[in-house]
Amino acid sequence: MKKIRADLHLHTCLSPCADNQMQPTAIVKQAKNVGLDMIGICDHNSAENVSAMMKAGKREGLAVIPGIEITSREEVHILGLFNTEQDLIHIQDIIYQNLTSQNDEQAFGPQLVVDEYGNVVGKNSRLLIGATNLTIDQIIEMIHQWAGLAIAAHIDRQRFSLIGQLGFIPKGLKLDALEVSNPLPAGKEYDYPVVTSSDAHFLEDIGKSYTCFMIEDTSVKEIGKALRCELGRMVVSN
Amino acid sequence: MKLTELVQKLNLSVRSAKAHLDREVTGGYASDLLSDVLANSKEGNLWITLQIHQNIVGVASMKDLAGIILVNSREPESETLEKAEKQKVPIMVSEMPTFELIGMLYSLGVVGTKQ
Repeated sequence: MKKIRADLHLHTCLSPCADNQMQPTAIVKQAKNVGLDMIGICDHNSAENVSAMMKAGKREGLAVIPGIEITSREEVHILGLFNTEQDLIHIQDIIYQNLTSQNDEQAFGPQLVVDEYGNVVGKNSRLLIGATNLTIDQIIEMIHQWAGLAIAAHIDRQRFSLIGQLGFIPKGLKLDALEVSNPLPAGKEYDYPVVTSSDAHFLEDIGKSYTCFMIEDTSVKEIGKALRCELGRMVVSN
Repeated sequence: MKLTELVQKLNLSVRSAKAHLDREVTGGYASDLLSDVLANSKEGNLWITLQIHQNIVGVASMKDLAGIILVNSREPESETLEKAEKQKVPIMVSEMPTFELIGMLYSLGVVGTKQ
């Protein structure tokens, strides 16, 4: 078992609100520089830079988890982390069917699709910062259908968080974990496992918050076991 | 003013707790961030929102609000209705967008609560 430092919620230049320097090689290098062993790529409602990120991770020797940050119709952000890019693409298809508006680059910023070296190969034209037509329950269910982990994003923030939008955590949600941007204050507990991530939109924010896992390897399966405290896997303090 | 009068005057469709419209409305609060409603609405307020998730009933109960009006003809989710029936929270639907609805409410004397 190894201690793995993971920042599971990073954006790339595909997210209109993220800095254009959030390019695969730069992200991977910065993550290694700050001592991370594993990163998750979770752009808003799209996974079109995940492939480039995974290639850059392989080239530079950093584990990259394919992920996405989905906006529910209540405007709650839910992260999905997957075993394979193929599983994630199925999710992306459903999201695209439920996300119909077009992006206004002047208003929200460009949505750059890049290759592993950061060359711009296209632009996503959908309104990625928009809300899908899917409920939180539907989103969690479809993430689980494709064997992913469903995590409520940045619940310690007001905007676009489960608690901010809906006041409190609805009973019976089948979430795998809650994510916070800042470590929980002492004594604060939830009915779900908690992970900490940076939600970085700029290079310098990568790794500002992270989670330590005791796991066998850098896979989503192992993260799942750690969240459920199975077979000695666990979330440990930083 | 009582809820029953508002239902009539604004042509609202009542979707739950029809037997609980006799309550006096103390004022209005409009927000779609439920955490904000928890923090800032007052007892007996009428709440105007477009959120249809079942948590709106929890928030209305916790703050003892007089009722919820959904704008733009948005219909509550089925779980929301079930809960509202159980917890006796009136949910009403208006065809009007928020801005028009609140303008009408204001002219009828339902005003906001200054912080």
